[in-house]
Amino acid sequence: MSSPTIKEVLLNPIFANNPIGLQILGICSALAVTSSLQVTIVMCLAVIIVCAFSNLFVSVIRSQIPNNIRIICQMIIIASLVIVVDQALKAFAYEISKQLSVFVGLIITNCIVMGRAEAFAMKNPPVISFFDGVGNGLGYSIVLLAMAFIRELLGAGKLFGVAILPVVNDGGWYVPNGMLLLPPSAFFIIALLIWALRVWKTDQVESPDFKIAPNSKVVEAA
Amino acid sequence: MSANNDTIQKTLTVTVLLCLVCAVIVAGSAVLLKPMQEKNKLLAKQGAILEIAGIQVGSKAEIPEKFNAITQKVVDLRTGKYTDAVSAVDYDQRTAAKDPERSVALEGSEDIASIKRRANFATVYLIENNGQVEKVIIPVHGYGLWSTMYGFLALEGDTRTVAGFGFYDQGETPGLGGEVDNPRWKALWPGKKVYDEDFSFQLDFPKTGANRNSPEFDRQIDGLAGATLTTRGVQNLVEFWLSKNGFGPFLANLRAGEA
Repeated sequence: MSSPTIKEVLLNPIFANNPIGLQILGICSALAVTSSLQVTIVMCLAVIIVCAFSNLFVSVIRSQIPNNIRIICQMIIIASLVIVVDQALKAFAYEISKQLSVFVGLIITNCIVMGRAEAFAMKNPPVISFFDGVGNGLGYSIVLLAMAFIRELLGAGKLFGVAILPVVNDGGWYVPNGMLLLPPSAFFIIALLIWALRVWKTDQVESPDFKIAPNSKVVEAA
Repeated sequence: MSANNDTIQKTLTVTVLLCLVCAVIVAGSAVLLKPMQEKNKLLAKQGAILEIAGIQVGSKAEIPEKFNAITQKVVDLRTGKYTDAVSAVDYDQRTAAKDPERSVALEGSEDIASIKRRANFATVYLIENNGQVEKVIIPVHGYGLWSTMYGFLALEGDTRTVAGFGFYDQGETPGLGGEVDNPRWKALWPGKKVYDEDFSFQLDFPKTGANRNSPEFDRQIDGLAGATLTTRGVQNLVEFWLSKNGFGPFLANLRAGEA
């Protein structure tokens, strides 16, 4: 692998190698925290920070980590960072931290963070690893923000809690689609986003793993 | 990567050092940020009391000022009278409930809210108008499906009619038991009568929902769908805190004007 530039690692994950769109990682939090933009932004910032700094620290000590316990070492670093972020949220953004509840803690198990630590930071120097973390966090964020925009606008008629489409309950004309506020709707939106991305960048379309055989002909018993 | 990283000695050294550094960082952030978190928790609690008492709060900054309109008093639950033994501002009922010297153990049949120990003192919040108690807000807590739910029950001056109810700390299943925080469910509470004419507990949570045409409508609140055990927990904890082991004696004294 030729050594990547900072610009590459920062911008590639946004569209060309999006962790959600192409690698299909980190879906569970994408479903859970995208029902309002404000909460989503905080979650995205938390993931960017954790991803960037875990890459940085893992990369700094990468030549000291014994191979047998490398995953555990990565987990210790990631878990510590997540706890620090969680504590900071409770101190500075109490209301939002209550809404995010367990999902901040679940960044520990977010596949993107550990995936980048294992795949990139273990093999690359600290600075470039740091920006790789930022880039992947941004790639995750852009998909989450797009989903939160669609879900909050069509599901509640609001953006950042400010009414954009006046809903019927408040005397307006817009009948909100309540399903969009429920987690399953995020599946549809993620699927549509991935579809759109792959129509635009056709090289992301995966070749099928197997071919579905046509139905076998029914042979009359002799 | 050099192979000598994989010796037992190196593995142990790296593990111990990494854990030490991470532990210091985690502990440091927890200790440093604690005062701000405590302040946020206090504000959230005061905000919850104001909301349950039906006082509108515009922004977070208004909470301490509006909260001044509320009188805090400590009640000795054994006698049902006010006490000056501890300061209402500093008293922490949760810590006291764990201290054998400041709490009583509850027998199995008495402990319907599954809280094991009850503190001797509790802080109540009063909204007074010309010396008359308009609303009394009592702290309640009890076990739901898998968390202890902490909340407040606001009663009108007659101590029978609910003025408001809500939890400020609970860990029930989001979407099922967690719906105890749903504003539409909490809106069902005001106006209900927790006691009958003889002041025995009468609140009920029918699974089929409260029947608007029933004569018992003023003592019924919809049970939460998919959260039978949480609903039962809510019923039990309200019943417990209104019983003789909870605020029953205090509320009786309050009615008689002898608290």
